[in-house]
Amino acid sequence: MTGMKHLLGIQDLGRDGIEEVMRITDSFVEVSSRQIPKVPTLRGKTVVSLFYEDSTRTRLSFETAAKRLSADTMSFSVSTSSVKKGESLKDTVETIEAMGIDAIVVRHSSSGAPHRIAQWTEASVINAGDGWHEHPTQALLDSYTLLNKLGTLDGRRIAIVGDIKHSRVARSDVHAFTALGADVTLVAPPTLLPPSLDGWPVDVSHDLDEVIPKVDAIYLLRMQKERMTEALLPSLREYTSLYGLTQRRARHLQDHAIVMHPGPMNRGVEIAAEVADAPNAVITQQVANGVAVRMAVLFLLLGSGVGLSE
Amino acid sequence: MSDLLIVGGTVLDERGRRRADVRIADGRIVEVGENLDTTGAETQTLVAAGCIVAPGLVDLHTHLREPGREEAETIETGSRAAALGGYTAVVAMPNTEPAIDSAAVVQQVLDLGAKALVDVHVAGAITINREGKQLAPFAEMAELGVRLFTDDGSGVQDTRLMRRALEYAKALNVTLAQHCEDAALAAGGHMHEGEWSSRLGIPGQPAEAEELMVMRDIALCRLTGAPVHFLHLSTAGSVELVRQAKAKGLPITAEAAPHHITLTHERVQTFDPVFKVNPPLRTESDVAAVIEGLRDGTIDAIATDHAPHAPELKEEPFDQAPPGMLGLETALSLTIAKLGLELAVATLTHRPARIAQIDDEHGGPIAEGRPANLCVIDTEQTWTVDPLALASRSRNTPYAGMQLTGKVRHTILRGEPVVIDFEAQR
Amino acid sequence: MAERERILTPAHAGVFVARSQVMDAGDMKRAVTRIAHEIVERNHGLDGVVLIGLQTGGVPLAERIGSELERIEASAATVPVGSLDVAFYRDDIGLRPVLPEAVTDIPFDITGTTVVLVDDVLFTGRTIRAALNALNDYGRPKAVQLAVMIDRGHRELPIRPDYVGKNLPTKRTELVDVTADGVSIGEVVNQT
Repeated sequence: MTGMKHLLGIQDLGRDGIEEVMRITDSFVEVSSRQIPKVPTLRGKTVVSLFYEDSTRTRLSFETAAKRLSADTMSFSVSTSSVKKGESLKDTVETIEAMGIDAIVVRHSSSGAPHRIAQWTEASVINAGDGWHEHPTQALLDSYTLLNKLGTLDGRRIAIVGDIKHSRVARSDVHAFTALGADVTLVAPPTLLPPSLDGWPVDVSHDLDEVIPKVDAIYLLRMQKERMTEALLPSLREYTSLYGLTQRRARHLQDHAIVMHPGPMNRGVEIAAEVADAPNAVITQQVANGVAVRMAVLFLLLGSGVGLSE
Repeated sequence: MSDLLIVGGTVLDERGRRRADVRIADGRIVEVGENLDTTGAETQTLVAAGCIVAPGLVDLHTHLREPGREEAETIETGSRAAALGGYTAVVAMPNTEPAIDSAAVVQQVLDLGAKALVDVHVAGAITINREGKQLAPFAEMAELGVRLFTDDGSGVQDTRLMRRALEYAKALNVTLAQHCEDAALAAGGHMHEGEWSSRLGIPGQPAEAEELMVMRDIALCRLTGAPVHFLHLSTAGSVELVRQAKAKGLPITAEAAPHHITLTHERVQTFDPVFKVNPPLRTESDVAAVIEGLRDGTIDAIATDHAPHAPELKEEPFDQAPPGMLGLETALSLTIAKLGLELAVATLTHRPARIAQIDDEHGGPIAEGRPANLCVIDTEQTWTVDPLALASRSRNTPYAGMQLTGKVRHTILRGEPVVIDFEAQR
Repeated sequence: MAERERILTPAHAGVFVARSQVMDAGDMKRAVTRIAHEIVERNHGLDGVVLIGLQTGGVPLAERIGSELERIEASAATVPVGSLDVAFYRDDIGLRPVLPEAVTDIPFDITGTTVVLVDDVLFTGRTIRAALNALNDYGRPKAVQLAVMIDRGHRELPIRPDYVGKNLPTKRTELVDVTADGVSIGEVVNQT
């Protein structure tokens, strides 16, 4: 294999690597559109999902992707107690590996957990979300959706709005969108921005109204209610009034501008229900593209013989 | 015990540097001079050609883990690591299980340390079980020889309690040492809060979490007149605060750890918990400030904060792993590389010995009549740090695979050669 | 070109060096015309006939045959032409680098049709077998026929073409290159 055998973060993929995934995704969009949306490419390979955080959608998306490639799947998740509480991560991984597997898709609440796992296994490790750090396949499907709608990201202006500080989606999206040539603006109150933005190729604004008319795409992050108890925000209502994409605000978007969200949405908080259902909101397409993107990643890592490019 | 003769070395202590052999008998230095007579019937000779003969090193800050965490280290294995690192005395930190907060536990550790390869001194806790609520019995511990007290692992958060502790300590001629960390500000931080924590998505603690408590304890020192020793200072701000306090004549001393003069927070990008430590690895300008503080005397001593952890614990994800790094076997080489030989010897021998109040026995000078606590350093010897080859029971050294220059060839404890030709004798 | 690349290209990059030309542009044009007539004859017209070119060498050839069919059977409806990339169906997945070259485009239902697969060079037959497997996932054709410009022998599977531009015996180590301007035999020279 000439390229990387793991997908731990978008920061490891340069523009070339991301564009290669985009190109292969086109083929899998075609496969997924068929009546028999299946190819035999990964027959005999086993893809295991190891989810320490609950996430039915992402896990199902990966499993669907694996199955459409004819791979066998196994699922370990803390919500079904098949991950033993108290057993160390390393022991769990070594137990799974002993069963003979080709890839581990892992979601964990600790940043860097997939990086540790990659030290303990011969299988390919795919990061499905680690702590606040990265969620690379989300950024890939977001990029694919944007490219579909806007043609190219060079020179495009994208705003990412919300709790950037705690968001792995934001970190991965910043890497991906800027690698593809976009200008990214982060919009958030100071308490929801990372302590330091040194080296981040982004602009920052605390004024959503000023940013909205200028963007080609607006990406809304989920506002978690737990943030209220951490003294980061006085109230959800205040958040929505300053940073929510309300109907009034959405009217000021350019005609071609698209609205995105990683899901699940807090309708009425970061996004008004009507805005989420409007034609320029592409949230369901993001989900649909998710399976094809994950098929592309699994194919590149396990079937293509070339891995992922840097 | 037979006579011991150290031949061919260059003696280096607080009085200076000179070519000299050293003769030892009955645990004491009996002769220091050039070309000493090697023909004694029962004289054991240690070759020191091309080497530096220095006082045995003194570590103000070691975690020996016994009692309670013997899977990580025992007093025996920790003392062996210390001896191989050139130490002849260490101060064992009290965050054991149970904590060293009473005469009984002090005695237990002293008994376990009696047969160790270094002199094991004990630091007592400031508060009972280090909970920060109630003063521990200083006097009964001081009776057994305890001269340093600290809740290390945590800082004492209650300002009023800390004031009372300082006032009480004044009468006993002991020193309180502080692990400076404001718990509320540091809460949930696993690394330095800054550029790298933001990039990696790991919750951090700002430099101010350390500096706030440094500021507070300098104020309490001024208020009470009691001496204060600052453990493991790591930020430029802390160094500047101590510099100003010393300029005003306050009885403040400070130490820094080797990792805070050699490593920065960007090492965390591999997410390897071997780089997780408290206080955390900081920025390049913090490292430069700490080195400058050692050079101008603001920081008195190098102390290892040797913190072994069982390997399985250091393989957990970064935020779940316990903080701490090994240090005893690598400290000397790293310190010489960053500070030069003379300053390394000063910060590792006589200055910490004075702070620990054991300078009658340890830290030099190398002169007739003094107890024979020495180390012989081959300053040219290069070696590669292999975590599995270290004497410590644990492996969490951040310098794994690094090539270092300078290794201790012999270590002599009260006249007994406990390390000969780079190997521990027991 | 695709066939030899798939089977024999070593991992390192190389450059195809032609040794001799076996068909020129004129020969190819005549072959395309003949194949088109044979398709019409064999299928008694063009009812239910579709062309599917294999990426990449078979795609331009399928288009040329499609145009020729339109020319000679002007009364018939246009024959649908699609393209198929068989990367995901190859039997050497995992043995060597495999990437799709283009997105498959079959914008019509193949069930009940006569699919004429089109490729430039027929060699071991493994690509065609992969194409047959792929077609299965698109529907159930009434029949599948195979048209190739060059049959160079060395079959490893029981696959045979229905329409052939030229039979060209070759050595296993030789390579056949088909372009719009002609067909040549040569070899890949390794660039070190």
